[in-house]
Amino acid sequence: MLEELNLVDLKDSVKKADTKRDKTHTYSERISKLRELSCTTQPSLSIERAIHQTEFYKENLGKYSMPVLRAKAFYDHCRRKTIYIGENELIVGERGPKPNCVPTFPELTCHSVEDLRVLNTRSLQRYTIGEHDIQIYKNDVIPFWKGKTLRERIFQNVPENWKKAYHSGLFTEFMEQRAPGHTALDGKIYSKGMTDFKREIEQNLEALDFLNDPDATDKAEEWKAMIISCDAVILFAERHAELAIQLAEKENNSLRKLELKRIAEVCTHVPKYSPRNLWEAIQMYWFVHLGTITELNGWDAMNPGHFDHHLLPFYQKEINHGLITREYAKELLSCFWIKVNNHPAPPKVGITAKESGTYNDFTNINIGGILKDGSDGVNELSYMMLEIIDELHLLQPGNSVHISSVTPDPFIKQACEVIRSGYGYPSLFNPDIYVQELTRQGKSLEDAREGGCSGCIEVGAFGKEAYILTGYLNLPKVLEITLNNGIDPLNGERVGIETGDPAGFRSFDQLYEAFRIQLNYIIDLKMSVSNYIDKMFSKYAPAPFLSVVIDDCISKGQDYYSGGARYNTNYIQCCGLGTITDSFAALKKHVFATKRFSLEKIIKSLSNNFENDELTRQFIFNKTPFFGNDDEYADSIAVKIYNTLFDLIDGKPNIKNGKYHLNMLSTTCHVYFGKVLGASPNGRFAGKPISDGTSPSHGADKNGPSAVVKSLSKLDQTKSGGTLLNQRFLPSLLERESDLEKLGDLIKSYFKLGGHHIQFNVVDNSTLRMAQDNPEDFGDLMVRVAGYSDYFNDLHKDLKQEIIERTENEAI
Amino acid sequence: MKELKMKQSSSEQISTNPLIFDIKRYSINDGPGIRLTIFFKGCNLDCAWCHNPESKSSQAQKLYSIGKCAMCSACVNVCENEAISLTGEGIRTDQQLCVLCGKCAEECPTNATEISGYSKTIDELLEIIDREKTFFETSNGGITLSGGEPLLHFDFVVRLLDECKKRGIHTAIDTAGNIPTERLIEIAKRTDLFLFDIKVFDSEAHKFWTKRNNNLILKNLKVLSNIGARFQIRIPLIEGVNTGEENIINTAKMILELDGSTKRVDLLTYHSNGERKFEKLGKELNHHNLKSPSSQRIKEIIDTFMSYGIEAQIGG
Repeated sequence: MLEELNLVDLKDSVKKADTKRDKTHTYSERISKLRELSCTTQPSLSIERAIHQTEFYKENLGKYSMPVLRAKAFYDHCRRKTIYIGENELIVGERGPKPNCVPTFPELTCHSVEDLRVLNTRSLQRYTIGEHDIQIYKNDVIPFWKGKTLRERIFQNVPENWKKAYHSGLFTEFMEQRAPGHTALDGKIYSKGMTDFKREIEQNLEALDFLNDPDATDKAEEWKAMIISCDAVILFAERHAELAIQLAEKENNSLRKLELKRIAEVCTHVPKYSPRNLWEAIQMYWFVHLGTITELNGWDAMNPGHFDHHLLPFYQKEINHGLITREYAKELLSCFWIKVNNHPAPPKVGITAKESGTYNDFTNINIGGILKDGSDGVNELSYMMLEIIDELHLLQPGNSVHISSVTPDPFIKQACEVIRSGYGYPSLFNPDIYVQELTRQGKSLEDAREGGCSGCIEVGAFGKEAYILTGYLNLPKVLEITLNNGIDPLNGERVGIETGDPAGFRSFDQLYEAFRIQLNYIIDLKMSVSNYIDKMFSKYAPAPFLSVVIDDCISKGQDYYSGGARYNTNYIQCCGLGTITDSFAALKKHVFATKRFSLEKIIKSLSNNFENDELTRQFIFNKTPFFGNDDEYADSIAVKIYNTLFDLIDGKPNIKNGKYHLNMLSTTCHVYFGKVLGASPNGRFAGKPISDGTSPSHGADKNGPSAVVKSLSKLDQTKSGGTLLNQRFLPSLLERESDLEKLGDLIKSYFKLGGHHIQFNVVDNSTLRMAQDNPEDFGDLMVRVAGYSDYFNDLHKDLKQEIIERTENEAI
Repeated sequence: MKELKMKQSSSEQISTNPLIFDIKRYSINDGPGIRLTIFFKGCNLDCAWCHNPESKSSQAQKLYSIGKCAMCSACVNVCENEAISLTGEGIRTDQQLCVLCGKCAEECPTNATEISGYSKTIDELLEIIDREKTFFETSNGGITLSGGEPLLHFDFVVRLLDECKKRGIHTAIDTAGNIPTERLIEIAKRTDLFLFDIKVFDSEAHKFWTKRNNNLILKNLKVLSNIGARFQIRIPLIEGVNTGEENIINTAKMILELDGSTKRVDLLTYHSNGERKFEKLGKELNHHNLKSPSSQRIKEIIDTFMSYGIEAQIGG
């Protein structure tokens, strides 16, 4: 057995390499090379999958049921696709033919020639593609899919009023470009291989009762498709084993030869059978990950969930038997981390292709947290993962640290250290609250405790739930059209319903009621089309492989997209709570309470973007109680809006026998929503970003982070599937050990108060320079001066400059 | 801003109804844990390097920042006493006519005009303090009373400390120590920690830089250590004022003579932020060109303290 000769030899290969980073941490030469390759390879497009898909559909469309067609197309691609094993790799497998090379999914949305050229040339988030490939696409791929893509079929049928609201930026639609994904795995793939899943499915097929079960045919087709997709992933892995053997034969370096043989052994065993050791466990997950993101381009890639919990038994067993060293385990995990980073998000098509987005595909590894029985889940691997995050500093995977009331302080402190040295990651989550969120939605306590966050901040029951983000909702835009009786003032189009001429509003309550009615209309409009799209995916783009790994798709004989999962949630992500709260606070105070301004005057100022009316804007900006200051005036408005959203969204049925729930994330959509929004009553100029997540508006919070979290904690966060709080800190605010402890205490306090998530941006100098130029946007930026802390804005310009220089010095 | 109408004048009133110029939440440099720091107006030293010059006077003051001023005349128009006029260099306030009613600040759209100083009752402060309870409990933090010199408002501070003690809230007093010894002893019975500022060791130099000698201050520190009060010594470092080796050595020796366990000093390096506040107050700086010692010198100072077995660190 290779297993016996492995680690004694292999661990010698973990040689410390010098790194450029000014850290005491170092990683091995292998990791250094893999990381370098991952970080420097220009993302590109591969047309291989599109060609396979096109050829397969040309040949087979109409021969099989939809699930079987999808599964067979997936099998065909796994049989034919280019297999890649790179130098130095231990964990193998790429979605495309090589690292950072992304396939396309023409069956959902087909890139035009122009799209491809734009992607090839845009300056940000570029994906290269050669002219030769573009020609193949033009001649072979595009003509076949014309009129057949899911996107085209959907857009042909959405109602006109939806299109108007959509184009005015009232909401976005997630499923317009990519398939629903949004899930994470539990621990089942570490105790079951594909053969075990197949056996279960076959037993179900045998027991099928065509006499009495009206759904028997659909179930049979789904199960057959699942079996084919299991075989596809096994084949995909075995092809890696074959290539590894071939490479091993040619390999001169004896150590690498051993590694390649080991890779072959691993790929022969998983995912066919359940993993026996750490290496196989990581590779198992990776093949399942690749399977799901190759089958379709689901949003938020895939997610291993509580990876530290799942891998611990393998690690412990091998450590205890002396079969692996800590160092080597870390090496394997680091290889995995880099694999995730090799997979940029699939690029969009159409108008959105011109806008830069992000390469991030939002795999989010949950670290720490709690176990099924509610006890502390932090283990040796949790610490190891923190080290890896800190050392590798990769864009992907995203990482989140989960801190409950039973999480040990040393772990929190180490997480804070990583935060200090980094850019936003890791973000921090509170299992004590999200378990309540999930149980409130109807999950069992155990399923909820096995849950966590995926993607950005949304939570679900891992391995058992389809929790689909359906799109973002632009709250300040809803207020804008309310103030214009349903018309979008930016284009003059009627995009909402008539809720009354604002000149007639005599009280704040009257205004608010008009807003509520408008909001209800927009939400229902969005939901009706989301339901339609959901059904289109269910009928025409089922995901049999994804369905294999999510309970209870197998036992129900139902696809993930058709309600097969144990829990089926649709989220609407509501953006701009800070902006809309502050806008309402300004109107309530200055229009209805003090009557300083008439509503007509404000609306006129807004339509002129406060031109020649800067004093009004200044007065509003400086004399209004804003959200994020622990001020009841503003906070009670935020709570009111939040509760209205809950009333209008939560509990409405989706097409999968599940429900809609409220979510409060924005990702980067607050920038887009700001662009399509005129000036807002809180003094924000037209086109400027709206507030992100549930964070206060930029520059609105002036009483420090404890007041911010107090304001946030007034929202009953268990009513949503996630809130998002961004806080900016300067590195100098976290200089001393005691500062780190206090940061940990701030996090713990917020979580005690009922917070779901918090994330710190430890800001760099470029941000500080922007803060110098646009002070109003950076009112919340706190810096440590000397012996005390202050807001950056409150400092003299010389001192600002001094701090910028000082920080630069620190960075050298 | 109603309370501003009652102009503070007699020292009697100061001790019962002090003015506050700032309340800072998530204060992480004024004692253990996450703190809430209350800054009182009024000080009996006059340090050249004061970074909160609005804390010197115990009375409310108008702050004006020409950089923010839109020259809109809103303040000129609202002033019932015709105390404000618009000039080529921003607005000018006639101190004789101004009654500090605060209407100008209320009307100012850009916050170029602000009133520094407002009063809070003990109950109001306790309500604010209560908002931070979770942070205090989680971090073993509490409140810090700072200024100015908070102990000038002895009766008020005593009542506030008593109320905090009842509620189990940790308290710290940031003081320069220039107050009657018996009062300090009373405070020591009620607070958990003193953040005790030592400016300059030599008494004459102390008088030159702060307008007062430090005889009482050093005596008070000694008394505090004798009665077993907990204190942390804080030293602002200003180049050429107190960064000479002799001053450091004398300070170190003095600390070694103190009873109690604290063999630690917190060094606060000078920053120029106060200079802008002088401008806002419309006051001239007493001393120009004050600056922080070089990082090399700070390192040497830390080493000197270390050589006396005293732990020194930047920041409090």
